[in-house]
Amino acid sequence: MDHLLSAADLDHATAVRILDTAAELAATQGREIKKLPTLRGRTVVNLFFEDSTRTRISFETAAKRLSADVINFAAKGSSVSKGESLKDTALTLQAMGADAVVIRHQASGAPHLLANSGWVQAAVVNAGDGTHQHPTQALLDAYTLRRHLVGPQTAGQDLAGLRVAVVGDVLHSRVARSNVDLLHTLGARVTLVAPPTLLPVGVEAWPCDVSYHLDEVLEQAPDAVMMLRVQRERMSSAGGGFFPGPLEYSRRYGLDARRLAVLPSHAIVMHPGPMNRGLEISAEAADSPQAVIVEQVANGVAVRMAVLYLLLAGGRREDVA
Amino acid sequence: MSDPATPGDGRVVLGPDDVSRALTRIAHEILEHNKGAAGLVVLGIPTRGLPLAHRLAERLASVEPDFDPQTQLGSLDITMHRDDLRRAPVRPIGATTLPASGIDDKTVVLVDDVLYSGRTIRAALDALSDLGRPRAVRLAVLVDRGHRELPIRADHVGKNLPTASTERVRVMLTETDGRDAVLISDAASGGEG
Amino acid sequence: MTDYLLRGARPLGGEPVDVLISGGVIAAIGADDDAPRDDAHVIDAEGLVLLPGLVDLHTHLREPGREDAETVESGTRAAALGGFTAVHAMANTNPVADTAGVVEQVYHLGRRAGWVDVFPVGAVSIGLEGERLAELGAMADSEARVRVFSDDGKCVSDPVLMRRALEYVKALDGVIAQHAQEPRLTEHAQMHEGVVSAQIGLAGWPAVAEEAIIARDVLLAEHVGSRLHVCHLSTAGSVEIVRWAKGRGIDVTAEVTPHHLVLTDELARGYDARFKVNPPLRTQADVDAVRAGLADGTIDIVATDHAPHTVEDKDCEWAAAAFGMTGLETALSVVQEAMVDTGLMDWADVARVLSSAPALIGRVEDRHGRPIAVGEPANLTLVDPAARRTVDPRTQATASPNTPYRGRELPGRVVATFLRGRATVLDGKAVLGA
Repeated sequence: MDHLLSAADLDHATAVRILDTAAELAATQGREIKKLPTLRGRTVVNLFFEDSTRTRISFETAAKRLSADVINFAAKGSSVSKGESLKDTALTLQAMGADAVVIRHQASGAPHLLANSGWVQAAVVNAGDGTHQHPTQALLDAYTLRRHLVGPQTAGQDLAGLRVAVVGDVLHSRVARSNVDLLHTLGARVTLVAPPTLLPVGVEAWPCDVSYHLDEVLEQAPDAVMMLRVQRERMSSAGGGFFPGPLEYSRRYGLDARRLAVLPSHAIVMHPGPMNRGLEISAEAADSPQAVIVEQVANGVAVRMAVLYLLLAGGRREDVA
Repeated sequence: MSDPATPGDGRVVLGPDDVSRALTRIAHEILEHNKGAAGLVVLGIPTRGLPLAHRLAERLASVEPDFDPQTQLGSLDITMHRDDLRRAPVRPIGATTLPASGIDDKTVVLVDDVLYSGRTIRAALDALSDLGRPRAVRLAVLVDRGHRELPIRADHVGKNLPTASTERVRVMLTETDGRDAVLISDAASGGEG
Repeated sequence: MTDYLLRGARPLGGEPVDVLISGGVIAAIGADDDAPRDDAHVIDAEGLVLLPGLVDLHTHLREPGREDAETVESGTRAAALGGFTAVHAMANTNPVADTAGVVEQVYHLGRRAGWVDVFPVGAVSIGLEGERLAELGAMADSEARVRVFSDDGKCVSDPVLMRRALEYVKALDGVIAQHAQEPRLTEHAQMHEGVVSAQIGLAGWPAVAEEAIIARDVLLAEHVGSRLHVCHLSTAGSVEIVRWAKGRGIDVTAEVTPHHLVLTDELARGYDARFKVNPPLRTQADVDAVRAGLADGTIDIVATDHAPHTVEDKDCEWAAAAFGMTGLETALSVVQEAMVDTGLMDWADVARVLSSAPALIGRVEDRHGRPIAVGEPANLTLVDPAARRTVDPRTQATASPNTPYRGRELPGRVVATFLRGRATVLDGKAVLGA
């Protein structure tokens, strides 16, 4: 594995390997001494063109727990800014000796460009590009699902037979795309639930089911419900609004106490964060014992440690005999 | 995991009976030195240190009924503390499971199949220091083949095997390789892991 | 002026004959006359196809304003190398070609460069803002003799403005060439809206945004009794609408670009912005439909929409990149590969779609797209259809490297181009000869 750009690039064996590695690393994070010397001397650069404190801190923590040096590069780049930003920034990072670049960018395909352009030698990790992919989010979601829903022994296990409902703004969600890809690879069955305006043309080709009706899907007793964040801005643009308003959205697609009660007792409630309490998820649901939202954050560190370990710890192909 | 050996893997220097006897003797030595089973924690280093640790634990329990494998046996993976990670493609991380009571103030007995440069044990000591503060750490190995690169020595040795550094020592165990044997061959390709 | 004897050329792919060019016209065809040919420069044209000089109804020469990407000089030299003798230069320059002054400037730049005849296209609306009609009459009466008007780059989306424009040009024997793109349906759009865009996370440009405008405009043209030309038609639905309109007798013509004859949206998967273009690359079904439409005459012409862009405008993330591909030097080869070598068209059809039909639409049919006959102006192109060449942007005459065919092998090679009897290209190289 040279880069992690998309969940669609992960085959079954690699995905399970990442989860197993994360499980071992998660154990280290429960100890008093959480730091491991493994990536000492390596430099990880967080290249964030979009603001995201929580994801950046998660990657920073992961890198530091492996004793890597971390450089945070908060670049300003709107979608209309010229490409010099990305190219010149990349050349600067290469000159600084980055071993890995964790990039979040508003343009879909920016990590792909960084990995394939020849501007940097570093391993590239996609921390979210436009509406395309957010592979480490899907990995930590899969890890969370496995921990709760697959037997007592999880090593080597996938998610075969699990049924997961992903609810919300699929059209604009890189989390949804990554999860559909990864959960399918791991053998789970995904149902997307959204109003028609928030589903992309072409979703019929995705390896999942699609429904406009949340209550029907919940009645089929899924093992997990993943709520996606809905942006309020999407509701307001005149004529261009995707939805009449927040009230109708919550009524039809929000996870409230009533819908929570329909779920089987073993089912878990997930959310990639940050949540709009009261919009896509009610406070009761977010704070219920079935919600694993806070744990997802902790799992994110272990999963990102696993990704950095697998990308950086071994010799590069060229160096190894 | 390796397949059962084919002829040409080298000459056998320890057969199944030799391995069994060596482990029995090591178990007695451990109990003798510790004056019983109290405070012992046996940790096998994956890969082959693990089944060896299990077999040692069985023998310890049969000699000294106080020894409880449930609370005194575990595994210690040292991958994250290796100093040679960059020389090979990235390695999978093995399991580290400690007894619930931890290792603080215990006598930890590390178990591995072959002692060679000593770097694996150095990594194991680093890993242990992240996990707690044992009262003492001792080392039991099935084979010591010399050529130490660090000041590390084993407390309990199944067999001392002087070797040339061009030779290759291979330990096979029923649990991992289908039979018990220790073989020496002239290296044709690559070194040991 | 040098005389040229094209020995054994095959006009429109037909039987080989000798063609004598002298005094700016086709002086003789065949051996059955006594035209003097001893001083003629002989070109061995055995196996080569002779076409009327190609006419591009849709080119971006970028001058004035973006000379860093292309100039009239470099663009028209590229055109000559591509076998063209005339190009219509679109109006989205800086300043916009919305006055007699700017169109005359472009016209004179073309004459001074001398590679092809440059016929400037005039903007429909002032500043391409889509609000007020530009001085179409002044532009038509200027030295540039503008007959084609277009806001290309942008759509004339206001239905009232489009109606007025369609009506107004009737007095000028002009035509409105529409860039069909409903702006609201395509806000921030990056590529064709479909399976690929959904997977790779790029905002979609739905086919209906093109088809809805074409449907509206053909009905407007019918209502006011005017001519309409549809630029760079790209979808199966658009082909059907034009076919229906022609069936009703509506005076509509349509063009397709070479790239829409061969490339699909699958190419966007690598996020290589060389494949970012407006209208976007569509699906294979659309490619099949436009090929069929070109073959059966529903689509009248091929036009390059040659859109040069600097390196910085393409060597970046997709969303930040400019839309457009170059095409003057590859158009004929791509048409050969997509239409002739597949048996959908012959060389006579190629002459129609790349020369005579665009000349007629542009109202330059008195000079270009003429039959290959004695007495006609010698605007000619000599092509070797058996040649094969690999496209290398570094060796192209266009100043910009954004060709989608980089590294691809294409059939056919322009051997010679003649502009009114003067060679602009000989042996595949540009010559500023006499």
